[in-house]
Amino acid sequence: MVDTKVDEPTQIQDGEAMVVPPRLEVAEDRRGAGEDFASLADEITVRGLDFFYGKEQALFGNTIEFKKNRVTAVIGPSGCGKSTHLRALNRIFNLYRDQRASGEIMFNGTNILAKETDLLELRRRIGMIFQKPSPFPMSVFDNVAYGLRQHYRLSRSELSMRVEHALKRSAIWDEVKHKLNEPGNALSGGQQQRLCIARAIAAEPDVLLMDEPCSAIDPVATAKIEELILELKDKYTIVLVTHNMQQAARVSDYTAFFFQGRIIEFGSTTNIFSCPTEKQTEEYITGRFG
Amino acid sequence: MSAVAETPQAPPMAPMRRRSVTGRKAADLVVKVFSWVGALFGIAVMAFVLYEVMIRGLKAWNVAFFTQTWPLDPMSTSGGMANAIVGTIIITAGAALIAIPIGFMAGVYLAEYGRNGRVATSIRMVTNVVMGVPSIIVGVFAFAILVKPLQHYSGFAGSVALAFLMLPVMARTTEDILNLVPNELRESGLAMGAPRWRVTLRVICKAARGGLITGATLAVVRVAGETAPLLFTALSSPYWITGLFGPGGYFGGPVANMTKSIWDGAQSPYPHMQALAWGGALFIMVFILGLNILVRLLFQRGKEW
Repeated sequence: MVDTKVDEPTQIQDGEAMVVPPRLEVAEDRRGAGEDFASLADEITVRGLDFFYGKEQALFGNTIEFKKNRVTAVIGPSGCGKSTHLRALNRIFNLYRDQRASGEIMFNGTNILAKETDLLELRRRIGMIFQKPSPFPMSVFDNVAYGLRQHYRLSRSELSMRVEHALKRSAIWDEVKHKLNEPGNALSGGQQQRLCIARAIAAEPDVLLMDEPCSAIDPVATAKIEELILELKDKYTIVLVTHNMQQAARVSDYTAFFFQGRIIEFGSTTNIFSCPTEKQTEEYITGRFG
Repeated sequence: MSAVAETPQAPPMAPMRRRSVTGRKAADLVVKVFSWVGALFGIAVMAFVLYEVMIRGLKAWNVAFFTQTWPLDPMSTSGGMANAIVGTIIITAGAALIAIPIGFMAGVYLAEYGRNGRVATSIRMVTNVVMGVPSIIVGVFAFAILVKPLQHYSGFAGSVALAFLMLPVMARTTEDILNLVPNELRESGLAMGAPRWRVTLRVICKAARGGLITGATLAVVRVAGETAPLLFTALSSPYWITGLFGPGGYFGGPVANMTKSIWDGAQSPYPHMQALAWGGALFIMVFILGLNILVRLLFQRGKEW
């Protein structure tokens, strides 16, 4: 009997016939397909990023560029380091003592991993949406106003104007315009997530980091958020971690495939999903493992 | 070939013999009966205590009990515990004023800043030890630092002794409750570019406010019925508290309080004094019960987040 290991897809033997499931459709207007990647402006440039949870290394020399006003999807099986990578980009991992990153993450001309980085300013410019909707224990209005009040000095009328604008951009205004004074966590899960997006974009960041933003919400709400991502990318650079390959194919321009802490392949979403060059990528996107 | 494992073949095994059900059912019955008996016994003892205190205490409850001061003449049949009730409320409130803010901040440190650091671990160990210290030792301690040097008893010394008992309870409950707040909320707050203290106070503590109020109330309940720490500090007095300073004041002299008065009354050979003690016991019980009910109500509200 041959010992087969399900979790090691590299051990596939040549010469055997294999059934290849149909490839995922990539929407035609994906900008990743035809454009000259090198000529695009970098928003964030990551070089040689290593990450450690205590003594355990989770990322190994990640090098990747996130292009301005593009959606970059980060895909890969559970535990491959995609969330870890994302959490390095706004240094949210600094909340935990035993986590550390080394290497270089260039944003706005500086290495944000440097000690002297002003984390408050960094996080104003790089917003984050989490897997679980996490409205603050305050009203819908105050949730969206949180970042605005934190970073800007605004008159009352300007504040409410901007809150309204953020809620409109997040495609949730019509659902909450009569509930602005109700607690944020009284909304449904999908609405809460869009509220969190509104909260993040209200302070006008440059980048939005999304860590599996749809994994805790229903399909209808997911569709709304995907639509929203497509709308937001004209103004923001979006990094989207997802375990849903269809989602990556639907909304992203570029896709990075992570496996065991390494970036196996990075390219336009069209290429990654239609003709991946790496075997592991192909096996993953065709649903052979992960 | 595809990466799918074959179904493992079962090794050759003899058919399994069934175990009898009767034995297990009997064991179940025995355990059930014992736990019932245990529960009934426990409840019966408590019900008996409650019944005695109610019957005897209610007899002492009259207008004089709630309006008059402790009788100076042990033979008289008038007098009440009004001054002791007021004194207990003042001493307990003083303790709460000292211990709740400090305990809260200590809890915030443990949960938010210290976490598993060396300092936090040692503070946690110290609070555990202090929680186990008998209250009479706390009373002697307060006597040594506040009564002996100043040459007089005082309500304030009593408050300090009670605060010393409340502090670890407040710190640990605050820590436990803040630890219940999911980390996502901390991360979300920090990801907005808010500084840590702001996230802690405006987001985390707000999310946990129900539990925090519950914790503070529990800390008050913990000390409301303490006698030993007051024996050496507030002592007791047959008079009303006269203010802050001076021999009858909060800082200046002994202050009447429920538990010490109950002690005095119970020690007394005179039936009226004993009756007053019973009335005081009932009052303290009702007072603590009321606080507990308040805690329950607050806790239910606190669950909403």
